[in-house]
Amino acid sequence: MAKVKTLEDLKRMRESLQSELSLRENSDTPEKLVQIKVSMATCGIASGAKETMSFIMEELYRRKIDAVVTQTGCMGYCHSEPTIEVQLPGADPVVYGNVKKERAQLIIDQHIIAGKLVDGIIPGIYSTPDNK
Amino acid sequence: MSQIKLTIDNKTVQVAQGTSIVDAAKQIGVNIPTLCHMKLEHVGYENKPGGCRICVVELEGRKNLAPACKTICTEGMQVSTHTLRVINARRTVMELILSDHPAECLTCVKSGKCDLQTRAQELGIREIPYQGEQSKYKEDKSPAIIRDMDKCIMCRRCEMMCKQVQTVGCLSAINRGFESVVAPAFEMDLEKSTCTYCGQCVAVCPTGALSEIDNTRKVIAALVNPNKTVIVQTAPAVRAALGEEFGLEPGTLVTGKMVSALKKIGFDKVFDTDFAADLTIMEEGTELLNRLQKHLAGDKNVKLPILTSCCPGWVNFFETNYPDMLDVPSTAKSPQQMFGAIAKTYLAEQMKLKREDLVVVSVMPCLAKKYESQRKEFQVNGNPDVDLSITTRELSQMIKGANLNFNELHNEEFDNPMGESTGAGVIFANTGGVIEAAVRTAYELHTQKTLEKVDFHELRGFEGIRSATVDFDGFPLKIGIAHGLGHARQLLNEVKAGTSTFHAIEIMACPGGCIGGAGQPYHHGDTNILKQRAAAIYREDAGKAIRKSHQNPFIIKLYDEFLGEPCGEKAHKLLHTHYFDKKPKVK
Amino acid sequence: MAKFKNHILVCAGTGCRASEGEEIVQELKTAVSQNQLENEVQVVRTGCFGFCEKGPIVKMIPDNTFYTQVKTADAKEIVEEHIIKGRQVQRLLYENPEDATRISDSKHMNFYKKQIRIALRNCGFINPENINEYVARDGYTALGKVITEMTPEDCIDIIKQSGLRGRGGGGFPTGLKWEITNKVESAEKYVVCNADEGDPGAFMDRSILEGDPHSVLEAMAICGYCIEASVGLIYIRAEYPLAIQRLKIAIEQARDLGVIGDNIFGTEFSFDVEIRYGAGAFVCGEETSLIQSMEGLRGEPTVKPPFPSVKGYMGKPTNVNNVETFANVPVIINKGAAWFASIGTEKSKGTKVFALAGKINNVGLIEVPMGTTLREVIFDIGGGIKDGRKFKSVQTGGPSGGCLTEKHLDVPIDYDNLLESGSMMGSGGMIVMDEDDCMVSVAKFYLDFTVEESCGKCAPCRIGNKRLYEILDKITKGKAQFEDLDNLRNLANVIKDTSLCGLGQTSPNPVLSTMDNFPEEYLAHVHQGKCPAKQCKALKEYVINAETCVGCTLCSRVCPVNAITGDKKQPHLINAQLCIKCGACFAKCKFGAISIQ
Repeated sequence: MAKVKTLEDLKRMRESLQSELSLRENSDTPEKLVQIKVSMATCGIASGAKETMSFIMEELYRRKIDAVVTQTGCMGYCHSEPTIEVQLPGADPVVYGNVKKERAQLIIDQHIIAGKLVDGIIPGIYSTPDNK
Repeated sequence: MSQIKLTIDNKTVQVAQGTSIVDAAKQIGVNIPTLCHMKLEHVGYENKPGGCRICVVELEGRKNLAPACKTICTEGMQVSTHTLRVINARRTVMELILSDHPAECLTCVKSGKCDLQTRAQELGIREIPYQGEQSKYKEDKSPAIIRDMDKCIMCRRCEMMCKQVQTVGCLSAINRGFESVVAPAFEMDLEKSTCTYCGQCVAVCPTGALSEIDNTRKVIAALVNPNKTVIVQTAPAVRAALGEEFGLEPGTLVTGKMVSALKKIGFDKVFDTDFAADLTIMEEGTELLNRLQKHLAGDKNVKLPILTSCCPGWVNFFETNYPDMLDVPSTAKSPQQMFGAIAKTYLAEQMKLKREDLVVVSVMPCLAKKYESQRKEFQVNGNPDVDLSITTRELSQMIKGANLNFNELHNEEFDNPMGESTGAGVIFANTGGVIEAAVRTAYELHTQKTLEKVDFHELRGFEGIRSATVDFDGFPLKIGIAHGLGHARQLLNEVKAGTSTFHAIEIMACPGGCIGGAGQPYHHGDTNILKQRAAAIYREDAGKAIRKSHQNPFIIKLYDEFLGEPCGEKAHKLLHTHYFDKKPKVK
Repeated sequence: MAKFKNHILVCAGTGCRASEGEEIVQELKTAVSQNQLENEVQVVRTGCFGFCEKGPIVKMIPDNTFYTQVKTADAKEIVEEHIIKGRQVQRLLYENPEDATRISDSKHMNFYKKQIRIALRNCGFINPENINEYVARDGYTALGKVITEMTPEDCIDIIKQSGLRGRGGGGFPTGLKWEITNKVESAEKYVVCNADEGDPGAFMDRSILEGDPHSVLEAMAICGYCIEASVGLIYIRAEYPLAIQRLKIAIEQARDLGVIGDNIFGTEFSFDVEIRYGAGAFVCGEETSLIQSMEGLRGEPTVKPPFPSVKGYMGKPTNVNNVETFANVPVIINKGAAWFASIGTEKSKGTKVFALAGKINNVGLIEVPMGTTLREVIFDIGGGIKDGRKFKSVQTGGPSGGCLTEKHLDVPIDYDNLLESGSMMGSGGMIVMDEDDCMVSVAKFYLDFTVEESCGKCAPCRIGNKRLYEILDKITKGKAQFEDLDNLRNLANVIKDTSLCGLGQTSPNPVLSTMDNFPEEYLAHVHQGKCPAKQCKALKEYVINAETCVGCTLCSRVCPVNAITGDKKQPHLINAQLCIKCGACFAKCKFGAISIQ
């Protein structure tokens, strides 16, 4: 391990290490962050949900957007897999269907950064035990 | 040093910075009772673990009581020494201590001299409401010391003596809580431990937990046996302290009364160990000169400095701690053993007695002498040169037991031939005395000149380690003196490291020398008593007609008639010894 | 750098490890690799989550699912269901005792709701064996800030203003202690961390050292800078092997990183830390005994003054602070004194960690703001008394503390309030008792501990506590007289008043507080020969109710001493003279015919 010689060294080191823990840091207060849930049941995985999730995570990391990306079970929209749910802080969740790389890119650019809805929304309201 | 003002029981006191409350209170005549505390002023040590809690006092602004022995006065401090709260606390703590102490005062060796008994009486304890389990330990009887730890009150005075003053480190607190007790490591018996039998632990023990082996019963048994001739030798330090047991001022010389008492008790002959001390000087002094002359002649094999060997506690100490240096001390026996060796040979022959029928008793200020008298190398066919060794305290018990009014006794003289002694033999009792006696003789033997001034004040005093250079007619003889084994260790380490520049070193195990021996009347922490005893010894010396050992006419006669040359063949056989490696071996 | 999608945090504290924690980690790792998820899922050993009642704990990140009482066999399911299929394993979720619903996120559990974690901030969050995770959580920035931007006096001021007080029990203001040690002139000084946690049932310090050792190291270095010491010593009991191991790793990593060692952050300041082992003597938690022990001497206290700040280890000025105290320091530096001082009560700032134990539903380690009431701790966080029994007493402060009652439940917890109520903060043990606990026996239990742990140096503690115990024993055996109660109280007061160190000065507290708060219970034992809680064996009497006894003879057959007689189908009778009160008949009777009187 290289020794830190100055406080600046340490701070730089901290910056680079923080992303490793950001997953844990953010998970405790997801409501303050962008939350994305990727439906990761057999149907979703078969349709490329894993690739979508990896892409989203990498893209968010690259752009330094603090978000909580979790996987969840089947949302019931097997016709439109991969399905993701996007929830901005203080807003209602929005579900998108058929989210491959391109649409994911669009969702990040438009919805998450600019706050504008994009194509592919699956309407429907449901609740979970945690957010009912 | 800056002064501090405080009030004790509403009286203003001014004391030097660093003064304890106990000492400050003494200045205005307030006596705060203490138990574990012991200040050995002239030895330079103070035992104040703050453990007994008898000396607690109330301090304004402090929530609990403070130990007065351990609490240092601060500016403006307000001390109350005898409030109801304090008195109740002291009584309760004393009741607690007594609740774990056997009620054996009737047969206890310490009864009447017991600090615990005294404090309990002062506090007026008449019942012990807190009865419960009592500590029980096995009695540990060594050849010199008895440990009866049921009576231990954990004052830790013995530990201070053993560990700090003597650096023997045999006794220390072991176990925890109610089971804690002062003992050798692993609760082994003293005999198996590194104990030197110096007995300084006994000298300071406030209770009967530590005491000497009592030989008075055996002495009386020998005296009443018509088939035995019983003779006694008395060590020089005894006469300067025995009077204290009979209410006389410390430092009162009672030589004549002591002789008288011993004769009245029924000893067949009363002799003086001082005679043997003169003999010791002949042998040790000669040995010193021999080594010195060889050294000056360029002999590289000769060991210098030479160390005195008349103190058996010290002998035990180096046998245990410096087994690789057994050839450094003089081989001369101690005066007690020289006396025994001559008595059982020369004297027995003169008195036409078989050695078995002659019982040699010694009165010593010392506990280690009890052990020394039992050493195998000082026996012939199982018959010891010295049969029984008793302490000054035991002698006082015998005198009291014989119903003698000691203070009214007339002075009597020692018997001869072994009762004649010089001033040199007397001063063996004091630290520095042996070497002063040796110098008086060695000077004259070495220089062939008469020593005009026999008082070597530079060798006297109470400093733990002293050094002086004596002019031996142009040759500067460098002398070191240590009393207390801790100081001895310092000098020994220098010898071991090869950095010692002394030609001769005198060592006494007990602080002050034999006058501070563990068999002497208890000083209860008043070390001024030691100084008074030392002064008495020098007075006795000054009053002697002959003050150089080699001029003792009976010594001269003894060599002429019996021994031959000092350090000669016969002298060597009877008056010299050898040492053993006694370092405890770890298996 | 691998970017994991999931972190599985597994408690690797002593408690959870004792119930298969390590095996669970291994099984999880196996399941992860079997499913080729090594690049996506990270299994992390963390420090204690605190909810030991429900351990072993496994926490899923990022969705914050909190699995309780996980078994090795559950590992596969967790990976395959939770990770792969995104479905929570319902049966491993915490069940809310109020309505039997499952709660997946710990922050919705009552146990965690009122907690604020400062000292425990990293416990259960980071891998204590990885300094990077500590650094990522602002680790060592406080030290950096202090030694590059502040004077020792500046930093001491911050600690003083924060109001931080010693968490070891005494509550001495930490900043003041540092200041005193700072002002003593000496070329050589020491920082000592007291990790000799010894109260029965207390494990706050152990959890911090196991879960976040770097926070203690960082604080020690900060303290070293403030008092001008270059050596830090951690005195830890040898019975804490895991904490020792993690400390060793932490020290090693901190040295490698250069945050302890020579010329830290390129400054003149050098500081290193060594570990010293204690042999588990309770009294060595007392700072002067601790120092004696570190010097290789018998572990027993010395009279204060001189205080360690003036004359401590090797006779040099020594600042001794406890683990939890140190753990607060880096946060105070980073977040500021005002932030810390905004938490707590007027005279007690910040939080306090408690080890909750006894007859309480949620046993565990909690950290609450000063000023939280005992009721909140026991009933909200602790989930109330086990088996629906009635609350009787809560003991705080370990063997030095006292037993508080119903009337103290709404007292806001802080140093001064607890002291005033007849107990003390102590290091943070909190033992809850219900109506079945005999308060005389409770006092006896603590005295038994003190008698065992007294060092034996001073007479009141050595003999007095033994006598206290003996009197209590007499009372529980129904052999005490009225005057024994007077003696008991006088003795307790004198021991407090005259003992040499904190151990003896506080050891009578369990006796005095139970005498004060439950006088009727003492009187019942002494006067009526009855134990109201029916716990004291000697005072119990088993009686068969002739009305309900059907004469099945079961009791007479189990009785080991043939004390029960009676014909078949006839009511039986217990001969009280023969009965040894073993309780076998009571346990065996199917008809509830046997009662304890």
